[in-house]
Amino acid sequence: MQKFYSHISQIVGDVITVEAEHVGNGELAQVTTRRGTSLAQVIRLDGNRVFLQVFAGSRGISTGDTVRFLGHPMQIATGENLLGRIFNGSGRPLDHGPDLTDNLAEIGGPPVNPVKRIIPNKMIRTGIPMIDVFNSLVESQKLPVFSIAGEPYNELLARIATQAEVDIIILGGMGLKYDDYLFFRDTLEEHGALSRSIVFMHTAADPIVECLLVPDISLAVAEHFALSGKRVLVLLTDMSNFCDALKVIAITMEQIPSNRGYPGDLYSQLAARYEKAVDFEGAGSITVLAATTMPGDDVTHPIPDNTGYITEGQFYLKNGVIEPFGSLSRLKQQVNAHTRDDHRTIMDTMIQLFAEYRETREKQAMGFQMSAWDRKLLKYGALFEERMMSLAVNIPLEAALDLGWEILHDCFTPEETGIRRAIIEKYWPEKT
Amino acid sequence: MTATEKGRITRISGNMVTVRFATPVMQNEVAYILHGTERLKAEIIRVRGNLAELQVYEATGGLSIGEEVEFSGELLSVELGPGMLGQIFDGLQNPLPELARQCGFFLKRGVYLRALDGHRAWDFTPLAKPGDRVRAGDRIGSVVEGIFTHFCMVPFALQGTFEVVSVASPGQYTIRDTVARLKDPDGRIVPVTLSQHWPVKIPIRAYAEKLKPGEPLVTKMRLIDSLFPVARGGTYCIPGPFGSGKTVLQQLISRHAEVDVVVIAACGERAGEVVETLKTFPVITDPRTGLPLSDRTVIICNTSSMPVAARESSVYTAVTIAEYYRQMGLHVLLLADSTSRWAQAMREMSGRLEEIPGEEAFPAYLESHIASFYERAGVVRLHDGTLGSVTIGGAVSPAGGNFDEPVTQATLKVVGAFHGLSRSRSDARRYPAIDPLISWSKYRSFIDAGEKERAHAILRRGNDVAQMMKVVGEEGTSLSDYTDYLKAEFLDFVYLQQNAYDPVDEATTRERQEYVFSFISRLLASEFTFGDKDTALHFFQQLRQLFRGWNSAPWQSPEFAGAEQEIQALVQGRVTGG
Repeated sequence: MQKFYSHISQIVGDVITVEAEHVGNGELAQVTTRRGTSLAQVIRLDGNRVFLQVFAGSRGISTGDTVRFLGHPMQIATGENLLGRIFNGSGRPLDHGPDLTDNLAEIGGPPVNPVKRIIPNKMIRTGIPMIDVFNSLVESQKLPVFSIAGEPYNELLARIATQAEVDIIILGGMGLKYDDYLFFRDTLEEHGALSRSIVFMHTAADPIVECLLVPDISLAVAEHFALSGKRVLVLLTDMSNFCDALKVIAITMEQIPSNRGYPGDLYSQLAARYEKAVDFEGAGSITVLAATTMPGDDVTHPIPDNTGYITEGQFYLKNGVIEPFGSLSRLKQQVNAHTRDDHRTIMDTMIQLFAEYRETREKQAMGFQMSAWDRKLLKYGALFEERMMSLAVNIPLEAALDLGWEILHDCFTPEETGIRRAIIEKYWPEKT
Repeated sequence: MTATEKGRITRISGNMVTVRFATPVMQNEVAYILHGTERLKAEIIRVRGNLAELQVYEATGGLSIGEEVEFSGELLSVELGPGMLGQIFDGLQNPLPELARQCGFFLKRGVYLRALDGHRAWDFTPLAKPGDRVRAGDRIGSVVEGIFTHFCMVPFALQGTFEVVSVASPGQYTIRDTVARLKDPDGRIVPVTLSQHWPVKIPIRAYAEKLKPGEPLVTKMRLIDSLFPVARGGTYCIPGPFGSGKTVLQQLISRHAEVDVVVIAACGERAGEVVETLKTFPVITDPRTGLPLSDRTVIICNTSSMPVAARESSVYTAVTIAEYYRQMGLHVLLLADSTSRWAQAMREMSGRLEEIPGEEAFPAYLESHIASFYERAGVVRLHDGTLGSVTIGGAVSPAGGNFDEPVTQATLKVVGAFHGLSRSRSDARRYPAIDPLISWSKYRSFIDAGEKERAHAILRRGNDVAQMMKVVGEEGTSLSDYTDYLKAEFLDFVYLQQNAYDPVDEATTRERQEYVFSFISRLLASEFTFGDKDTALHFFQQLRQLFRGWNSAPWQSPEFAGAEQEIQALVQGRVTGG
């Protein structure tokens, strides 16, 4: 169907309305203006009025411009040829390489049948004790990194990307600053990871509709690799920009907002993306790590709140470290029973004692007298922060567990830790 | 009305489609959108003039204006019969394992399968005989479904009394075979098969009377059974912020609760959690039957990325299946995780209908919908005198963990017990993170009311002292206040908290709870003498360690007795005047 329509009756925000017939919901169209051509997607049909969101934005579109419907939904090239390449949010090359059109796959495909998933059981080691020991990352997990602007969340993502044992890395950037984009590109290149990476980059200067496409494109490509047996890690940063783009389009479409202007289907929209994380029965897997900046460090803001209910835990990055409180890996129990038999004990005990340390710090700050127990806790907390929590620490899991026993031994007697006797007998360090 | 009434699409917005029709349509009628070779299921949710608004149970990509819509003349129904136990359905009762066999990894749009296997033969034993007078819900015969006697009942939709004309002789029948013929007063013959259909949004009322829930439902979670009990046929809710352990708690209860059948409605939640349930239940042995847990479980699974309209219907599908097993005189537990996602699905549809929004954009009918859902719980006396029950436990995911939001508030009005999870407890790894200071239950516990009240008092007192200590510090607290604080902490650590990953500690039987609770109760009632606070702290730390060992010792084993003696010995040395 190659019919041109040239009656654009309405332009609101980045959404244009054109009168046309026999158009499918979600179908792609090409809008030709004086500034060039742009893709657009059907988002609502009402009688013969077709509402389209224009990827390049509506700026410069005239009511006399032409719209040509392509008869298919948004598609993206997939396969090995994409490795090492960098694209924008519409899937056009940003690296001066050739345009790719092989193995086209539709984006935003159907959900996975839950019975074809397997229980996640493979730990992804990162060399970061706050992750490996306390909140292990598991293949097929979807985890956001909650933080505020200014925290080194992109650095953390980049470090996990270069150290994690996976086959393919897909980076989806949304509303990034140009220098963040360069940072990612250079870090991946330096560590020799670019050749197994694919980048879809939307920067803050690009049209907002393209931002909406980044997660779908990244995940559609990831899904293709996972189905052919690859273990894929998808990094999305920053999902808050994606949510804000959703808000903009929803308000343009005059939808009734639910909470702080965000559309009522924010949960379903986020879930449709995050739920693409999967470990396929008899094929590969997709793991999703997504930076989510919290406006005003408020975890009850609709974006982190809805995200938290969808994802399998979260890493909470604050003051440059992964906070043990607020951070959670829901899947850690699937893997930490099979690492070493003291893993869970160390994890639980050290966190409980650290919680007590935080209480003692509060008391100390208010000027109360410190008891003998308080002083032990203070010593423990300082050691824990310096030797475990710091993001500078880069040691394998087993070394981190040994370090945990050492710290406990340096600060407490065995019964003060509350650890069961059988485990104490096996692991409590002998030195005096 | 026949199934050939048709309309045409005039508007498409998200998963809502507007259809122009010429012949009469019915509210909540099921319709199918004919898109090429695909038939997409939808439900009429509003009619205005000659336009019907439909929520589509599928993605609407590719649909276009003018496409045909076929009205079925039926309300959204489920098929009820033998073969549901152990099955995994989506929100529209499609069997997911069979879908996977036919379609592979993904849920293909527009594929609907029959819920029950039509080829499987069941061993039928007749119970009624020709000439019997029967009414809806009466037993015609039975088949054996796993560990249960599955009764074949007079269809619930029949009104009045009927005479049994004939009943099939014992033998093998499929769910499609007629096993009995009934005659109504006008002489019309009604055939009865092993299965029947029932519209999900209407409660099944084929019973003599609904009773007040009284018997406790033992969940084997100490904090719940001893302090905030749930009754058989009662309702409870678990609201909590994300990461506070709602799902783990629901999973534990589904494994250990003393009920016959568990129906799990995974409504708009993570697929990963459902996968865990559906992959582990077939291999976990049910302690009571020695058979896999899945033999007494039905899973309704509509995860967050599956179509949102089917999410709305999934809780109704689940409760209808629960009511069906109740009709056989069984005790059924329905766990809905999470009712907030169901409420959000209502909100999404309400927004698309452009209804005037209520609080936080939820529709004005939110409260009444939640209330009528929980009202489907209850203990009923069937016509033959046996009792059956449906207990409903709903997880609530309040936005921002704030219990003042509309879904939590609407739920609290109608449930009998409230297990409020708190972020501070889960941050401190105190699981289950049910906050004993805010939770309540209107049901009776098997623990003596006086002892239970004393435990509450100890916890409140401990909290008061803890709050005070934040202001005046430990040195400003008297030794006796400090001891009260330690007692509350001790009760929390060794009784309220339960280690879900310890094979013994994860589930505590009623006898053990009664025994240990009264032991602790006596212990906490004694007067201790301590020289100073450090001695007191040290004593309770030692006691806590011994108790942890006791908690992981099997009931009435030598280790159990040994740990008890050790504890007694430690306590003896500290108690004033014996």
